[in-house]
Amino acid sequence: MNKLILGRYIPGDSWIHQLDPRTKLLASFYYIGIIFLANDWKSYLVMTLATFFMIWLSKVKLGFFLRGVRPMLWLILFTVLLQVFFTTGGKVYWQWGWLAITQFGLSNGAFIFMRFVLIIFISTLLTLTTQPLSLADAVESLLRPLRVLHVPVTELALVLQIALRFVPTLMDQTTKIMNAQRARGVDFGSGNLFQQMKAVVPLLIPLFVDSFSIAEDLATAMDARGYQGGDGRSKFRVLKYHRRDGAAAAGMIVLTVLLLLLRA
Amino acid sequence: MDITFDHVSFTYQAGTPFAGEGLRDVSTTISDHSYTAIIGHTGSGKSTLLQHLNALLKPTSGSVTIGDRVITAETNNKNLKPLRQKVGMVFQFAENQLFEQTVAKDIAFGPKNFGASDDEAAALAKQMVTLVGLPEEVLTQSPFDLSGGQMRRVAIAGVLAMQPQVLVLDEPTAGLDPAGRRDMMTMFERLHETQGLTIVLVTHQMDDVADFADHVLVMDQGALIKEGSPREIFADPDWLRAHQLGLPKATAMAEQLMAKGFRFDPLPLTSDELADQLLPQIGGAHHE
Repeated sequence: MNKLILGRYIPGDSWIHQLDPRTKLLASFYYIGIIFLANDWKSYLVMTLATFFMIWLSKVKLGFFLRGVRPMLWLILFTVLLQVFFTTGGKVYWQWGWLAITQFGLSNGAFIFMRFVLIIFISTLLTLTTQPLSLADAVESLLRPLRVLHVPVTELALVLQIALRFVPTLMDQTTKIMNAQRARGVDFGSGNLFQQMKAVVPLLIPLFVDSFSIAEDLATAMDARGYQGGDGRSKFRVLKYHRRDGAAAAGMIVLTVLLLLLRA
Repeated sequence: MDITFDHVSFTYQAGTPFAGEGLRDVSTTISDHSYTAIIGHTGSGKSTLLQHLNALLKPTSGSVTIGDRVITAETNNKNLKPLRQKVGMVFQFAENQLFEQTVAKDIAFGPKNFGASDDEAAALAKQMVTLVGLPEEVLTQSPFDLSGGQMRRVAIAGVLAMQPQVLVLDEPTAGLDPAGRRDMMTMFERLHETQGLTIVLVTHQMDDVADFADHVLVMDQGALIKEGSPREIFADPDWLRAHQLGLPKATAMAEQLMAKGFRFDPLPLTSDELADQLLPQIGGAHHE
């Protein structure tokens, strides 16, 4: 599990780290939206430069981003190959029956590849520079208007925060139980599919039991201290927009305008 | 079956920015039929050391010899099963490993993984449940309906049912009441005496070390800093305190008495030894 870079926070105090989590969340979604405006090499160049500028601002080593791409590599290559082989038009470089490599196919493949990589870079940037709990706060704050429609926003946010908080705890517990069952002769990850599925049962049941007991304890602890969500509750981490958040928004608008001007 | 550590070092998540040192150049031997206690404060590498005893972890450098198998960094993960059968491991809060519908099935799980037939495994379950001091009625119950202490016993029965030659215990009595703790330690002692089981015990209870162990390893920051008999280890209270370790109750009391002018040679480790040495000094009759 240690290879999973997406979702691992790297502490720092860079410009990006200091942005309001709401800004980062919204900007990431916005970025993923506008990347679909790019449709030629010039617009992709602008997007790439913008992305690398943001990565530079975050002061996180490029290696972390590349490692984020690795688990997705096969999916990306598969999609790129589909694009390359099944897009027609332009000069034909190679043909075998209905399979053909064409000029448009190659350029589309390259664009799709860039789009994937840039989107992964940006989502990695979001999670590397934002603590999961801040993200949960951001979600709560952004969803707040939905309370008018009686959506239980604070409760949803609480569920999200608790879930994030217990990820490391459950990972630890998973390792411990796996070790205990391996010591009793279980082989995880060997044998045929049926054997592998059977091997998971002695892991999952103790994990469920453990999660329920953690949940019960937590609920009791919260009750005992009179927890109540909603309007009366103040926050330890108060979210506030600063000037740099405005600058980030302006940056996104400039990027959009550039894209609209440059795209074919 | 001896277990020998030869210059064993282990690094967690080697080659990443999150790498951390687990063991540093540990060399020692846990000999057949011994009762070895491993002590050291939290984070000293005790648990990491334990996981090398049945190849759950493989050394980053150096080698561990378990019986006739040599485990190094290059050892293949396949064919480790015979090893796991010979070295039974009871983890901290072992009750967390229970998962079957009945106690009998859960105890039989280990033996069946190592090739026992259904009948053999069921017979073992019956035998082990009595051995750990539970009534046979629990065999048909769900393990999750039992009390915490009973669940712990079922988990230990599940490890004993594998009929290991070495029994590794990671704080087996943590969270139990004093009576349960005593019962359990006596049970392990009996297994050690009658069946010649080699026992490796990680504990923070210095009284257990003094009462049961014949060999003690002291760990600190991933390194083995001292080993010897309990008498050798507890002979230097100041050194122990400097490494954030305690003394057996009898030894601690003897130390306080020495400040008041009493004399002890050697320092007593158990209450019997303390009484034996104390009585002549206060003019009492011989201690029985």
